[in-house]
Amino acid sequence: MSLSVKHLLGIRDLTRQDIELIFQTADQLKEVLQRPIKKVPTLRDTTIVNVFFENSTRTRISFELAEKRLGADVVNFSASGSSVSKGETLIDTVNNILSMKVDMVVMRHSATGAPHFLSKHINVPIVNAGDGINEHPTQALLDAFSIRERLGSVEGKKVAICGDIMHSRVALSNIYCLKKLGAEVTVVGPPTLIPKHIAKALDVNVSYDIREALAWCDVANVLRIQLERQNMPLFSSLREYSLAYGVNRALLDSLQKEIVIMHPGPINRGVELSSDVADSGQSIILDQVENGVATRMAVLYLLARKEPVFN
Amino acid sequence: MKSILTDRQLAITIDRLSHQLIENHLGFKDTVLIGLQPRGIYLSDRIYHNLKKLLPDTHIAYGKLDITFYRDDYKSEKGLQAPNETDINFSIEKKRVVLIDDVLYTGRTIRSAMDAMLDFGRPAAVELLVLIDRRFSRELPIQSDYTGRTIDAIITERVKVLWKERDGKDEVVLIA
Repeated sequence: MSLSVKHLLGIRDLTRQDIELIFQTADQLKEVLQRPIKKVPTLRDTTIVNVFFENSTRTRISFELAEKRLGADVVNFSASGSSVSKGETLIDTVNNILSMKVDMVVMRHSATGAPHFLSKHINVPIVNAGDGINEHPTQALLDAFSIRERLGSVEGKKVAICGDIMHSRVALSNIYCLKKLGAEVTVVGPPTLIPKHIAKALDVNVSYDIREALAWCDVANVLRIQLERQNMPLFSSLREYSLAYGVNRALLDSLQKEIVIMHPGPINRGVELSSDVADSGQSIILDQVENGVATRMAVLYLLARKEPVFN
Repeated sequence: MKSILTDRQLAITIDRLSHQLIENHLGFKDTVLIGLQPRGIYLSDRIYHNLKKLLPDTHIAYGKLDITFYRDDYKSEKGLQAPNETDINFSIEKKRVVLIDDVLYTGRTIRSAMDAMLDFGRPAAVELLVLIDRRFSRELPIQSDYTGRTIDAIITERVKVLWKERDGKDEVVLIA
């Protein structure tokens, strides 16, 4: 019983069995988090470094808590204020950290493929905490885990991923994960924010009409508009985006059913999601955050055991 | 394959173990039973239901404990195991805990179980009940307080406890 991979670089590389094993493990780790002592000693001989070349609140805290609750030693590194600004290369930076006897790397990087590149040059397990516009695998795992928790399973469910699909690593990882688990996926957003051949390439439905997509789905995963990742204006204004694609109470009330609302955070309140929806009973946004710790613990638990990987 | 306990002998042994528990814990006021996942819970389920039958008006606290995250062989080849459910919805603080498992062999499972259990509080006392005690095989100084059957088996032999719920019949066998 183990994962088919040595690193978690993306959901793309996982099998359905891998994902189910992660969920099965996360179920029990979630129980650990409800105990008076929310900690197990499993990784007490493991040191993990969190290398963040890009800003993060939720993901970094979530990983750090996951590591600590498995009993691991944790060191944090963020690019700002480090020797990266002196021109040190990625491999040098990481190898210097590893030579201080670190057993595992969790990395976020703004360059697509950075963890894949790194995995060819170092011999410890790497967990991708988000790379450029490629993948954010642990986010997709916690999203699917939260759907499974709320609706009983992912198989056969209809999930709409709404907003900026083009720049979103959350969207790509979610599509891989949901499809592998047997869900149907529709991506919805302005045509400028949806990659041209996505329907054929990833076997998803495409819609440009938010109401139509919401009426179809069981779950809507509303993505953040990523202003920092856009080099050119792809819609005329936030106000216009909000009018055309924002999910609000009036829109949800006009549907004939109650759908589950998700958001990976941080929310631009009043842009892609209105506050009365984000804070309502049909939103599972805070469950997602809670489940993030358990699913990340499961990933770390299943990968840390691997003996050093030599390429 | 040699039979150690037939289904009838197994039933009698479980009956005896239940009576021994009553002898020491009459009333079960401060006693909690904890079965160890994954295989110990079949025994603990039987004993719990036996006790309920023998003492219909007594409340008996009963939970299940998984020790996967406390194992000391996590990094070895066979160490990585899928965890099972832990279900302990009561405090064990100042309680008399009876840990229940099917086979006592090296003692390492019980060591892990004691660590796992202590995360739920500080019990007044801990006892161990096992169906089969493979004596002379201990790697840690751990002994049982209630024993179904003590056997001598060499390292290459395996003791397998079969349960009707899971394996279709009740029997304890020794596999060479």
